Amino acid sequence: MEGAVGMTEYLSVAFFIIAGTGIVLFTFFLARLIRPHNPYKEKSMPYECAEDPVGDSWIKFNNRFYIFALMFVIFDVEVVFLFPWAVAFGELGLFALVEMVIFILILFFGLFYAWKKGVLKWV
Amino acid sequence: MIWPIATLELAPLFSWLRGLLVDLGLSEVWVTSISYLALGAIIFGVLALLALFLVWWERKIAAHIQQRFGPMRHGWHGWYQTLMDALKLLQKEDVVIESRDKVVFFWAPVLCFMAAFLAYVVMPWGENLIVADLNIGILYIMAITTFTVISLVMAGWGSNNKYALLGGMRSAAQVVSYEIPMVVSVLTIIVFVGSLSMVDIVKAQSGLMFNWFIFKVPFGPIAFITYIIAATAEANRTPFDIPEAEQELVAGYNVEYSGMKFAMFFLAEFINLFTVSAVATTLFLGGWNGWEFIPSWGWFLIKTLGVVLLLMLFRWTYPRLRVDQLMEFAWKFLIPLTFANLILGGIIKYLGWHW
Repeated sequence: MEGAVGMTEYLSVAFFIIAGTGIVLFTFFLARLIRPHNPYKEKSMPYECAEDPVGDSWIKFNNRFYIFALMFVIFDVEVVFLFPWAVAFGELGLFALVEMVIFILILFFGLFYAWKKGVLKWV
Repeated sequence: MIWPIATLELAPLFSWLRGLLVDLGLSEVWVTSISYLALGAIIFGVLALLALFLVWWERKIAAHIQQRFGPMRHGWHGWYQTLMDALKLLQKEDVVIESRDKVVFFWAPVLCFMAAFLAYVVMPWGENLIVADLNIGILYIMAITTFTVISLVMAGWGSNNKYALLGGMRSAAQVVSYEIPMVVSVLTIIVFVGSLSMVDIVKAQSGLMFNWFIFKVPFGPIAFITYIIAATAEANRTPFDIPEAEQELVAGYNVEYSGMKFAMFFLAEFINLFTVSAVATTLFLGGWNGWEFIPSWGWFLIKTLGVVLLLMLFRWTYPRLRVDQLMEFAWKFLIPLTFANLILGGIIKYLGWHW
């Protein structure tokens, strides 16, 4: 049962999450004990180089970021498929190589389409 | 149920701790839990010391490149200056703004630190010196360090500050774009190893210099260079530091943070710097392998600090890229290059043209 033994190692990740969060929260607590506490109105305004901020900053945002995020999702899914391919490549041989070249080429066709459409241009 | 600490042989301190806990009459579950938590604390201590050293080192290098001295007051060439800075940050008032998003604002530094810290579960510090040799090691590191982006966007959004929001959004676009060339450069090596475990990767390049993947594999140097470029962008360091460009965004996503919360972002940044260098060492520079007269963890540290030095020299000698240059460099140059490199690597592996 190699798989079952392998799974127990992942407990270390869980314990590291507990330890790490605990340490960070402990340092916050430690700082709380010794630091001064003196808030007033001017101090608790957003910092904009001494200008009074106009309105919220939670506004509609440039959708360039959204398009790049979409492109990223496509390529990230591709990379997820590439990981098992790379690990098993030694045993699979020529068939897997050709298959993956075709797969990458199809995605690159998409990339060049986006390129020609001007999506990759950051205005 | 037995929870083994599988590959860890952090002798003799660790076996001593384990023996002590067993002598106290605790059950196996408690012994393992406490040992892992203690191990987490030890790693945190090592990382904090490393970060203090790296901050001091970076300031000295920057100073000497700019013909200054840098910190000189505290000890020999200011060697405990950063310790004093950390103590100062501990005593600073936590200035928070009224209109922030409270939950998001509070958890962003915690998540940022966790994303950097968790990578050290699978980091091979030396021969048999690894917390857990997960069989998906490198994939796990790639996945967990990307959580940094989420924390930066959280910090930018939660601050309710325009500079912070811009910084967070920019870092998301940047890290997301450079994630792909980074992972594909790693895959080029994985094709030759056939395993994702960090220990297997290091063992595949045992021996001296010409067995390391940077020289062993044709196109290894290209993969190394693309990895280093992408890693610089991942760690938000200077040729690619538009998320926190001081001259235009004040400090980017962490404008509104002060005191210990700011310190966590700062610490995470330097841990990330060490992480990407350590991954470069493991993948390309042979990890702990080297001549016998230095212990394995010594080789790991020397090589990793060498890569860190390279990244620091980048930071203080290159000017910052513009946003459009940055994005177009990633999408129009790096991504096609790394994929072509991966395909060539696959062909060479199939033909067996490597030693």
